[in-house]
Amino acid sequence: MTDPSGEVFKGLGVSGGIVIGRIHVLQETKATTRTFTSAAEETRLLHEAIAAAKAQIEALIASEDELAGEILEFQLALLEDDDFLAPVGLAIAAGTPADRAWAMALDGEIAQYRSGGSDVLAARSADLADLKARLLHLLQGTGAASVDPPAGAILVAHELTPSAFLGLDWSRMGGAVMLGGSPTSHVAILARARGAALVVGLAADLDAIADGAPAILDAAQGTLTVSPAAAALASAERRIAAAKQEAAISADLIRRPARTARGQAVKILINIDEPGQLDALSPDICDGVGLTRTEFLFKGGHQPGEEEQLAFYTRLIEWAGGRPVTIRTLDAGGDKPIPGVTIDGEANPFLGVRGLRLSLARPEIFRIQLRALSRAGCLGPLKVMVPMVTTPAELATARGMMDAEIAALKLAGVACSVPPMGMMVEVPAAALMAESFDADFYSIGSNDLIQYTLACARDNAALAPLADPLNPAILELIERTVAAGKRHGQEVSLCGDMASTPAHIGPLLSAGLRVLSCAPAQIGPVKLAVSRYEGGGHG
Amino acid sequence: MEEMAQDQDWIEGNAVIQDPTGLHARPAVKLTKLAKTFASAIEIRANGMGEWTNAKSPNAVMKLKAAHGVPLHIRAAGEDARAAVDALVALVDRDFND
Repeated sequence: MTDPSGEVFKGLGVSGGIVIGRIHVLQETKATTRTFTSAAEETRLLHEAIAAAKAQIEALIASEDELAGEILEFQLALLEDDDFLAPVGLAIAAGTPADRAWAMALDGEIAQYRSGGSDVLAARSADLADLKARLLHLLQGTGAASVDPPAGAILVAHELTPSAFLGLDWSRMGGAVMLGGSPTSHVAILARARGAALVVGLAADLDAIADGAPAILDAAQGTLTVSPAAAALASAERRIAAAKQEAAISADLIRRPARTARGQAVKILINIDEPGQLDALSPDICDGVGLTRTEFLFKGGHQPGEEEQLAFYTRLIEWAGGRPVTIRTLDAGGDKPIPGVTIDGEANPFLGVRGLRLSLARPEIFRIQLRALSRAGCLGPLKVMVPMVTTPAELATARGMMDAEIAALKLAGVACSVPPMGMMVEVPAAALMAESFDADFYSIGSNDLIQYTLACARDNAALAPLADPLNPAILELIERTVAAGKRHGQEVSLCGDMASTPAHIGPLLSAGLRVLSCAPAQIGPVKLAVSRYEGGGHG
Repeated sequence: MEEMAQDQDWIEGNAVIQDPTGLHARPAVKLTKLAKTFASAIEIRANGMGEWTNAKSPNAVMKLKAAHGVPLHIRAAGEDARAAVDALVALVDRDFND
């Protein structure tokens, strides 16, 4: 099927919205070109190029912000690393031209970084590629690794290096598309920080994308439409205009408490996935943390100790500055396997030993987390939330285990407190029977509640139209949970994707929810949707 | 380097990485910069993970892939070895000044 509105390439949207501009294809660094002169001359050229590169990077550091500086500092440090540079000198001594010696050494290091089995290390390989390109340009006399696309251009490249990204003036650039790259790469981090439109992992051949062709980059959908039809262009223009207007309004709302059109207060909490997010966020934009995912602590099968966990919980509570912080106990299994922790080979992991079920099956791991949470409880208003609860007995068991750990801590003279323990409502049975649970609060996990209620696997794109969050059965279960919370006098919130989707805010408020926990980037749009909600009583 | 190391008296110290993302680029740069201020040979290794590596090489330190909570062993040999180990342990313990 040919799309009438031009060819559409699909990738992964990282940040930013929709942009119209002309394609600017960024060509790869040329192959090595030098012919060997003498070892002394090649060495002199190498040192000259290293000195020039250092000066370029230092100038960039001086002109860029702190985040960019951190990234460039590493590159600068590599140019001062004798062990790192030694193989280049050896290759030159053996008769290799300086540019090839440099490229070979860097290619070897890049391969090691990429195959090291560590995401952190693999992400750094882009820094090495960056450094490789910079030196090659200098050695081959092609000047700085600068790209100078026309204003408003959509840059398309195999891989955009961090310094190429920083070398661009993002106030006049349209956006960027990478065929490679990952959402966790340095460039992705930089793009998010600047709100630049970036799509990575575009499924396309660089040769198939015409340089200079008009295009629509939709970073929200992760698509690049080359040579779009007039209708598609008009639609994109309307969306850009609307987005600008919305952005202005939500930016204005972001630091203010959320209120409905009739003045009712709604608490807007945020979801935290990993500690890195905290640096970029001000707690002033929210009423607290409604969901902290602790899976990152267990990344790659690492089993974090009590002190390690406590350090993160402490940092989070300090960041929140007195606002309530809800931390969810390990929610592994299902689509989140952790080597050595989750159970392999389950025929249907979404209906398997996951969430609290797994924690109860691995009490030695659960106890450590409960101890760390109880200790963190005396540092601020901490709430402990357990995921995937099906029956009241499971919650009672978890509570019993926390009580036992608290008793042991007290006996040992370790400061701790009894944090409120609440449950996620994501199993339909729990939503139907919410009132029969001894929970200190309820938090609806809409993603799983939808998948279990509508029998649509979350990871099956073919079922996406059927998995409608606004299906009346979902809203009914949310209403029942809200009613149970009211009768118990306990808070009910919702922390799934629905709370981050402006179009779903109205129906959630109509279902009686007054506490929503959303992705930090969605705070503005969510508060805007709340302010436009006309239903409910007066405040 | 290996033979030389055998003859030297190494002074050792241990510290635990506090940063939740582990020993990534920025801490690696800080550690190597500090290491380079000492004349002694300085090596580090992550708990139970292979070879000692040059603490003055940011590339080598980065490739340690030392994760959060991992004990880091630091050793130094030379006239300012004690001061070097103490300074590096302190840097890791105070989470690279963060």
